[in-house]
Amino acid sequence: MNDVLLYTILSLSSLGVLAAVVLYFVSQKFKVYEDPRIDEVEEVLPAANCGGCGFAGCRNFAEACVKSDSLENLYCPVGGNDTMAKVAKIMGYESVEQEPKVAVLRCNGACEFRPKKSHYDGVASCAVEAALYGGDTGCQYGCLGFGDCVEACDFDALHMDPETDLPVVTDENCTACGACVEACPRNLFELRKRAKRDRKIYVACMNEDKGGIAKKNCEVACIGCGKCLKVCPFDAITMNNNLAFIDSDKCKLCRKCVPVCPTNSIIEVGFPPRKTKEKTSGKEKEKPEGSAAPEVAAKDDRSSGKSSNNKE
Amino acid sequence: MIDLQENHQIIKNKVLRTFAKGGVHPPENKLSAGAGIVDMPVSGTLVIPLSQHLGVPSKPVVERGQEVKTGELIAKSEGFVSANIHSPASGKVQKIDKALDSSGYKRDVIIIQTSGDEWIDTIDRSGELQKNISKSREEILQKINEAGIVGMGGATFPSHVKLTVPRGKIATHLIINGVECEPYLTSDHALMMSKARELMVGIQILKKALDVDTAIVGIENNKPDAIDHLTQIAKGYSGIKVVALKVKYPQGGEKQLIKALINREVPAGGLPIDVGTVVHNVGTTFAVYEAIQKNKPLIERIITVTGKDIKNPSNFRVRIGTPVAELIEEVGGLPENAGKILSGGPMMGKALNDLNIPVTKGTSGITVLPESEAKRKKTEPCIRCSRCVSVCPMNLEPYLLMSYAQNDMFEQLEKRHVMDCIECGSCSFICPSSRPLLDYIRLGKSNVGKIIRSRK
Repeated sequence: MNDVLLYTILSLSSLGVLAAVVLYFVSQKFKVYEDPRIDEVEEVLPAANCGGCGFAGCRNFAEACVKSDSLENLYCPVGGNDTMAKVAKIMGYESVEQEPKVAVLRCNGACEFRPKKSHYDGVASCAVEAALYGGDTGCQYGCLGFGDCVEACDFDALHMDPETDLPVVTDENCTACGACVEACPRNLFELRKRAKRDRKIYVACMNEDKGGIAKKNCEVACIGCGKCLKVCPFDAITMNNNLAFIDSDKCKLCRKCVPVCPTNSIIEVGFPPRKTKEKTSGKEKEKPEGSAAPEVAAKDDRSSGKSSNNKE
Repeated sequence: MIDLQENHQIIKNKVLRTFAKGGVHPPENKLSAGAGIVDMPVSGTLVIPLSQHLGVPSKPVVERGQEVKTGELIAKSEGFVSANIHSPASGKVQKIDKALDSSGYKRDVIIIQTSGDEWIDTIDRSGELQKNISKSREEILQKINEAGIVGMGGATFPSHVKLTVPRGKIATHLIINGVECEPYLTSDHALMMSKARELMVGIQILKKALDVDTAIVGIENNKPDAIDHLTQIAKGYSGIKVVALKVKYPQGGEKQLIKALINREVPAGGLPIDVGTVVHNVGTTFAVYEAIQKNKPLIERIITVTGKDIKNPSNFRVRIGTPVAELIEEVGGLPENAGKILSGGPMMGKALNDLNIPVTKGTSGITVLPESEAKRKKTEPCIRCSRCVSVCPMNLEPYLLMSYAQNDMFEQLEKRHVMDCIECGSCSFICPSSRPLLDYIRLGKSNVGKIIRSRK
């Protein structure tokens, strides 16, 4: 009886040892070398796997970083410059800095401004509705309001406002990964430079119709009048197909364009309130450095001063 | 007359042919059958979209304020897959602008303020039948190209492209599509009844253009009068056969029709010419007759205006660019309970969001659905009954394609042949859970299409 037990244990153990030896040599022979830096780089990445960098996930991005000769064209928008500096340190490359960005919705066509003209009862998806027709309002460029973008956002930075039926970006959460830009069938999201205190000025409209038609369909549409173009001291505004666009690289956030817009389609976010709005806007047209709004004027000075410094 | 009835009795007793797999049988509702064709008066303003065909939009060759005559070229085709557009009436070019068309989007249009109806001299406007085909093959193709003829069954594919057989392929059969499987619509039916002789000459022209001996006209058995009429007239012409088909939707799809008539199967991703056939609609055939024998470009077409609560559902001969509102006015106005106005029939038609949308070369009908039928039912979860799979005429799995499209699984979509979907809507029609199968498949199809094009 004991013999049987002994033989069993012995034979199984020797088999085990033999297999271990074989496996050891096989693993030595077929060893796949993986750059240890891939793991290191992956470690410092945010592990969001959002695809904002253009790769399928953080691991793929890490592999790409290790394979490439420099960090040009490689950027993790979620981790930002800090993360990229860490990656650069691991790799020993020069880090390429990019300015942080934030997504903005270029449509302000809330229900009150944009009357419905037809009734859509199909699938509750922007992509499906956009494939069928121009939407239930007269504007074929504006937000469809089913929140494909909200679904696409991995960072909880978007939610639908039930009153306006428009998505709202929460700036603190937005990583500028670009998922909403891809998801929106109307291309309403734009990644703009993130300014100090999350301040921004942008044309919240994508309507390319002629002024009269645009205005008829939406009260806050850009009518392409060009007033903002004339008032901008930094040539930051361009006009294409009856639509104004403010270049966030050139814009110094002076706010001059906001009050001159006849349809209020230029939006300012994150600024302190203007003092006695009517007066300000009236005087600003003639005299930007007027004393009516000292706070604003002071900031204008500062920003314009900076710009002149830069030019020099 | 007795003879004809007997003839039809024989057809009825035979087992009728149809395509093998899938298909549905929606209520036919052919309300305007036998109504004849009424000439619609020329509208005061015509809105002519520059993109009435598949392919590149045409380029305007007229300027604002220019006087044009009926039949004059106003927009030139841009490239091989494109089509010319001619002025449907005489008048003045008001402007070249953007306006809503049946795509639901504002697109480039030419707006013509009409005054009278003065035709250019070269067009033969007599009703006389011109039997002799004097033009050569090349001349026929060129003339069809010049006349701006596109597939008038709804797909609006430029006809000269279809008639140009690619190198290495041989056409053996010409199939003429008189199926009209779409419920409600009767425009092809009306055309076959009133213009049968012209159609026969048109078929001879197409046969000559393709260099084939046999042409088969497929007609569904719910149009016995058309079958009898065409059979009778076809006796006077060589190599034209009229075949009655069992009523089944979507038999008017060219791949289904080829299967039903000559039992050949177009391979996945292929074209009918891959199995040696070319399919043309009866509307297109008639347009070809007019272009070759009468020198008349495509400026008008037959359109059915119908609906359960429409006072007199009718078939009209309408100039391209006429607003839908005028057509509806002509049949007694919009009923109070109107829920949806469709360009086309209830299966494949597209809801219009504006009554000023003009009719185009591909508009085969206007269907007004009552509110009770227009609303979509509540979407329920899929119960895996697989009825969509059994009705799909293209052997696809709609339930699977919908899930893939919802989840952006484009590789899987392509692997499961989403591009073969003919968008007939049989799956959405049959689904007991009222799932929006076609909506998502269409979305997936357009996304996969973009990916495939970007590879080239």
